[in-house]
Amino acid sequence: MKCINETKFTFPAKSTNEAFARSAVAAFVMQLDPTITELADIKTSVSEAVTNSIVHGYKGGGGLIYITVRILNDNIVSIIIRDKGCGIEDIEKAMEPLFTTGGDERAGLGFAVMQSFMDSIKVSSKVGKGTTVTLKKKIAKNDP
Amino acid sequence: MLELEFENSVLTARLSGELDHHSAAVIRKKIDSKTEVLKPKTLKLDYSNVQFMDSSGIGLIMGRYRQMSLMGGNVEVTNVPPHLKRMFSLSGIETLGVIK
Repeated sequence: MKCINETKFTFPAKSTNEAFARSAVAAFVMQLDPTITELADIKTSVSEAVTNSIVHGYKGGGGLIYITVRILNDNIVSIIIRDKGCGIEDIEKAMEPLFTTGGDERAGLGFAVMQSFMDSIKVSSKVGKGTTVTLKKKIAKNDP
Repeated sequence: MLELEFENSVLTARLSGELDHHSAAVIRKKIDSKTEVLKPKTLKLDYSNVQFMDSSGIGLIMGRYRQMSLMGGNVEVTNVPPHLKRMFSLSGIETLGVIK
């Protein structure tokens, strides 16, 4: 798939950066003139993925999170969120709704939200190396 | 971000702005320290001014539900705006019977 535009940014895995990460992705996606709902879906999904990297990947201990946003042809947005944290042993289990290792305050919904709010999600992970989540969503064309 | 009001054994927490893992942790601490002291019968979480939330907004309710249950109290979630409805239905939190 042809890449029309791209941005990359890297930031420390601190919870204060969650708002920055989703807002930065949203700002880049604005060039496709998304609806408020499409934009909220993307912001929510990025927020989930970044939180996963902070809470699970780096276990709150810090490290770097790498985000690449691409505008592909056909109005498709691809967002890659990568960490070099502990990785996921059992991806299938991690993606089960309500499964969490995050304690009482985590709903275990992160992957379920990404699956529901985006068109596709791909997770690749290696224990001890890190996790990469690729999210894709087609933005409907709003003819003037 | 958070306004707290206590009246007739009801602690009302009015949430506003963006609710994520970061802000939920701050809000949780404030609510929990108040409930410990005031021991309300009901904790009301008013979501009417929440502009954005990820699943941390659900985690916040689940955590407070557990806390209040341990103290013999209950939780009510009020004024969930339309733009948050999908997250709420996806989470299945309705089954707790806390959404008013």
